[in-house]
Amino acid sequence: MARLTTTILMATALVATAACSKKRPEVLPPAPGDTAPPPAQTGPVDPNGGIAPGSAADFKRSAQSDTVHFGTDMYDIDATARAILDSQVDWLQRYPNVTITIEGHCDERGTREYNLALGDRRANAAKNYLAARGIAPSRISVISYGKERPVALGSDEASWAENRRAVTVVVNGA
Amino acid sequence: MRLTFLIAALLATVSPAWAQEPPPAPPAAPAGATPPPLEVDVTGGISAPMPIAIPPMPTTQVVQTPAGSTDQLGRQLSEIVANDLRNSGLFTPVSPAQLRAIAFPEVTAPTFDYWGGTGAQALVQGYIRANGDGTLTVGCYLYDVSARTELTRQGFVVPPSDWRRAAHKCADMVYTRLTGEGPYFDSRVVYVSETGPKANRIKRLAIMDQDGANHRFLTAGSSIVLTPRFAPNQQSIVYMSYVGKNPAIYVYDIGSGRQRLVVQNVATTFAPRFSPDGRWILFSMAQAGNTDIYRVAATGGTPQRLTTSPGIDTGGSYSPDGSKIVFESDRSGGQQLYVMNADGSNQQRISFGSGRYATPVWSPRGDLIAFTKIAGPFRIGIMSPSGAGEKLLTNAWQDEGPTWSPNGRVLMFFRQGQGNAGKADLWSVDLTGVNERRVPTPLDGSDPAWGPLRP
Repeated sequence: MARLTTTILMATALVATAACSKKRPEVLPPAPGDTAPPPAQTGPVDPNGGIAPGSAADFKRSAQSDTVHFGTDMYDIDATARAILDSQVDWLQRYPNVTITIEGHCDERGTREYNLALGDRRANAAKNYLAARGIAPSRISVISYGKERPVALGSDEASWAENRRAVTVVVNGA
Repeated sequence: MRLTFLIAALLATVSPAWAQEPPPAPPAAPAGATPPPLEVDVTGGISAPMPIAIPPMPTTQVVQTPAGSTDQLGRQLSEIVANDLRNSGLFTPVSPAQLRAIAFPEVTAPTFDYWGGTGAQALVQGYIRANGDGTLTVGCYLYDVSARTELTRQGFVVPPSDWRRAAHKCADMVYTRLTGEGPYFDSRVVYVSETGPKANRIKRLAIMDQDGANHRFLTAGSSIVLTPRFAPNQQSIVYMSYVGKNPAIYVYDIGSGRQRLVVQNVATTFAPRFSPDGRWILFSMAQAGNTDIYRVAATGGTPQRLTTSPGIDTGGSYSPDGSKIVFESDRSGGQQLYVMNADGSNQQRISFGSGRYATPVWSPRGDLIAFTKIAGPFRIGIMSPSGAGEKLLTNAWQDEGPTWSPNGRVLMFFRQGQGNAGKADLWSVDLTGVNERRVPTPLDGSDPAWGPLRP
């Protein structure tokens, strides 16, 4: 989706600036999607909806999720996480040149340095699972953010559960 | 004489650490004097801080200096001394309304009757003089008001840029003379300044005096930085940075602003600490989900592995003599504290209470270990190196990461607020659990590390 939006935005911008290349238009261009020019004007329709096969966007669309979650102070891969990682394996096997980084994260209820180590455990648990399913370990790097980069900001069970996670990020798309 | 004895008695009654050793011998009391009774009260804290008068310091001649005019500096010097002593929790400076200006000749000839009338038991007078070579001289005199005697005096010659240090040294002189404790006001703190939304905090290394003055940012904030620690010689700082998305420990040279990677990147390295002699850097390395403690020469080289347990071993801290290391490990299931020899041998668990124990820090006096206790909330606590005498000092939602003052009597830590708007601030608390104070910082703050007394 990201690439498609960019294409439309650029097309819109081109139309808007064509009449007056230097001055800022007095009326802002319409929001993308409202009166976007027909795709035919920007070239043939991309059968993938603008998402390049093997790209990060393709990964996010194809895998069940890029994120697996963990119990409090745990780093085991449960059934839900296995299904998600299996879907990541399917995609990674289609694009053998893709490399990934797995980010390990923790909730805020651990001390800073311990959480750096725990995040490393979680990222490695996900890495080991992918490797056991046939993804070459050399394609997978890990990084721990400890409790430095939460996605949920509350101090409650639901937020903590969201933050205890390992996120697969495509580094070099196919 | 009597003053010293009173304060020493107060300290002894509130300091559990001293139960093992005799309190510093008070000066011999005059024959016939009855010393106040010693009462052990570790919960009530200090009931009556000593009233002390610190009038503005006169100048021999008003001179403009790069730090300001000397008469202005004289007023500020006395305020800094008063602020230091007040923050220690052991003194109550007489209110400014009760202070009166003193003339230069009066510095060595106090009007004891006047100061006695303010309720002050001790009196600090001083002066400031601009020298021909551009330096400043600050004289500092301590008097016992009721005994009408001088207790001690010191003079400090400083460049104008260091004028505040003269005040801290004066306060240290008063504090050590009246309490028998070591000095700590002339010291600095390195910490992580925080700003921005909780999901994407911008973190910068910052350095400041222990009272928050002379604040300076050291890094720009483009990468996450964590857990700085001073080198014993205070010329460099070891810390962890995510620069290049390659989390690793770096040494930052304060003078030049240059930094260097300590261990060539094999894996994530973190939790760095200098050894007391500055020759080693202790750190943790996470490899394939297992974290162990290593040491490497401060100049670099091949790291030497000190722990081998399959769990998470991290957060090491050297004893002041460098012979032992206290660290945390979850090898028993949850985080607990362990002590080992500096070469990694003889690892012994020392914490056995309920909950978990993290971030151990050995006191510079050697007699205590401070830690973060995790039992739902985080609290700052202390115990002896054998694990005995555990005592919790704070009680908020999340207090983490204690660091000792140079004299081992005050702990600084950071307090994290709860929820979306929760921010982190620096706080300090006396090792008896009283006198909790917020340490002023321009932005939010975490990961404080208190440096040694300045040379």
